[in-house]
Amino acid sequence: MATLVAPVQHSHIEDAKALYKACKGWGTDEKAVISILGHRTAAQRQQIRLAYQNLYQEDLVKRLESELSGAFEKAVYRWILEPADRDAVLANVAIKKACPDYHVIIEIACVHSPEELLAVRRAYQLSYKLSLEEDVAAHTTGDLRKLLVALVSVLRYDGPEINARLAKSEADILEDAIKNKAFNHEEVIRILTTRSKAQLMATFNRYRDDCGTSITKSLLREGDQVNEFAAALRTAIRCINNSNKYYEKIIRNAIKGAGTDEDALTRVIVTRAEKDLKVIKEVYYKRNSVTLEQAVAKDTSGDYNAFLLTLLGKAD
Amino acid sequence: MAEIEALIKAFSGHGVDEKTVISILGNSQPEHRQAFRKEGGFFAEDERRFERWNDHHVKLLKHEFMRFKNAVVLWAMHPWERDARLIKEALKKGPNSNSVIVEIASTRSSDELLGARKAYHSLFEHSIEEDVASHIHGKEKKLLVALVSAYRYEGPKVKEDVAKSEAKALISAVKNAEKQNPIENDEVVRILSTRSKPHLKSVFKHYKEIAGQHFEDELDVHLILQAAVQCLITPQSYFSRVLDEAMRDGADKNTKKGLTRVLVTRADVDIRAISDDYRNHYAIPLADKIEAKAKGSYKEFLLTLMARGN
Repeated sequence: MATLVAPVQHSHIEDAKALYKACKGWGTDEKAVISILGHRTAAQRQQIRLAYQNLYQEDLVKRLESELSGAFEKAVYRWILEPADRDAVLANVAIKKACPDYHVIIEIACVHSPEELLAVRRAYQLSYKLSLEEDVAAHTTGDLRKLLVALVSVLRYDGPEINARLAKSEADILEDAIKNKAFNHEEVIRILTTRSKAQLMATFNRYRDDCGTSITKSLLREGDQVNEFAAALRTAIRCINNSNKYYEKIIRNAIKGAGTDEDALTRVIVTRAEKDLKVIKEVYYKRNSVTLEQAVAKDTSGDYNAFLLTLLGKAD
Repeated sequence: MAEIEALIKAFSGHGVDEKTVISILGNSQPEHRQAFRKEGGFFAEDERRFERWNDHHVKLLKHEFMRFKNAVVLWAMHPWERDARLIKEALKKGPNSNSVIVEIASTRSSDELLGARKAYHSLFEHSIEEDVASHIHGKEKKLLVALVSAYRYEGPKVKEDVAKSEAKALISAVKNAEKQNPIENDEVVRILSTRSKPHLKSVFKHYKEIAGQHFEDELDVHLILQAAVQCLITPQSYFSRVLDEAMRDGADKNTKKGLTRVLVTRADVDIRAISDDYRNHYAIPLADKIEAKAKGSYKEFLLTLMARGN
């Protein structure tokens, strides 16, 4: 369930005018930016962008980029993009890092529905004049490349049908591969990158029934902490199996310790606020005994803090 | 007799010459049919003293009569369903039909292939990549899975320096063919399955310039790999080759199907260009070849498909 609080009726023209006023002159009225954009759905935000363009012959996104700064600017920029464009940007940023952030790519490929992933691929082509798989392939090597390219290219069957016999035989294959530490075995990659999500979940359940432990725990134990490929497999499985738990851990790791991984925190909150951030909040509370709002408030400050809390559903 | 020869001819080839069959067999007296049974080669002497239909020939006849019906059904189909069913059929038929999978994955536009993948979901409750990955086992598997999963960028922009370096990577893979079949080489698979078609055209242009010969002429290149490259950069000559093989005497059942498949799937796309390529390569107009090799309603149907909009 979403945490975003947005009015059913709004005037995108009034909003565009208000945002113009907020950005005009010296300094920016960040509170106004947050109180408007932080309370609008994706569709509403696009209408505001269009209205702003028509009224002032300027791209609202560019205006905000120049007016805002830091983690707040990054968050607002990601928020104001359409979901598919946003994920395309996140993927591109992840790929272009000196050490590609493959967990983000896996997350985008595995959490989304097949249609959503397709929209991201189209948006990527539009923005970067390359296909997503092309860029992923060109910036990665070896087994990781095989896994990543397959994960972003697949159009999984999205029906609920499960073949129990197949779940058993493929759970056995996975069990053997993990026992022998052959994580990059082509059968492992085949199963994880082509089967439907329903079939995979049946397979993971079967694995747990047969082995007494979940496949992710097995991978952790057999893969050590340092096997990068095993870690990638774990991410993919966790995203497919229970994305809410996965996101809770991302946030928890982003917040814990001395600094804050603002990129990760922003990414989760911005991409899930209109989807299932509410469920993620519940998982977070159960696991950590503090609300996510409390944790975010403690770990961030200023406009960035205010913006995140707004997306988390805080009443103004 | 001339009539028996004409009758045999009516049944041999692609499709059935219904008019001839009707006029000869339909008008025949019992003794004429007996002569046909004794001399046609479609029957054998049974131990109980009668000429019995050769089961194998009945089956062949069934296929020939069905050729028209299959072409019509395939033609009326939505292109997505058509491609999905063709791929499923190829998977069922085994390794000799892998080239059909390559053909469909590589010659369709990005959105056409996507549509086929969605239709496959509806028809078979699995994804194409799932089925290809679990049912194909040879060296071609990696490439095939990658090809059916592609959603290529379709803009015209090409980075020449990248194309050149990728040509070099291909050259090196071919040089190394003794150690590893290029079709299994990760770089080969990456380049062929992720790059845009304009980019690939440039890659193979650089290949020829640097290596001194065309990629297709390299000896150690797996046939499926050759087919993939041809489909990606010169689909018309690939299709005209498939047509020619289909119409050759003695072509096997699956190869013969290429005639229907190519005509039906390309009639709305580039059949004219394929036709031109065919004439350049085989010195006879495609329509003339079809006129000679195909029969009856099936032939009329194919020629009509070709002539539309003329």
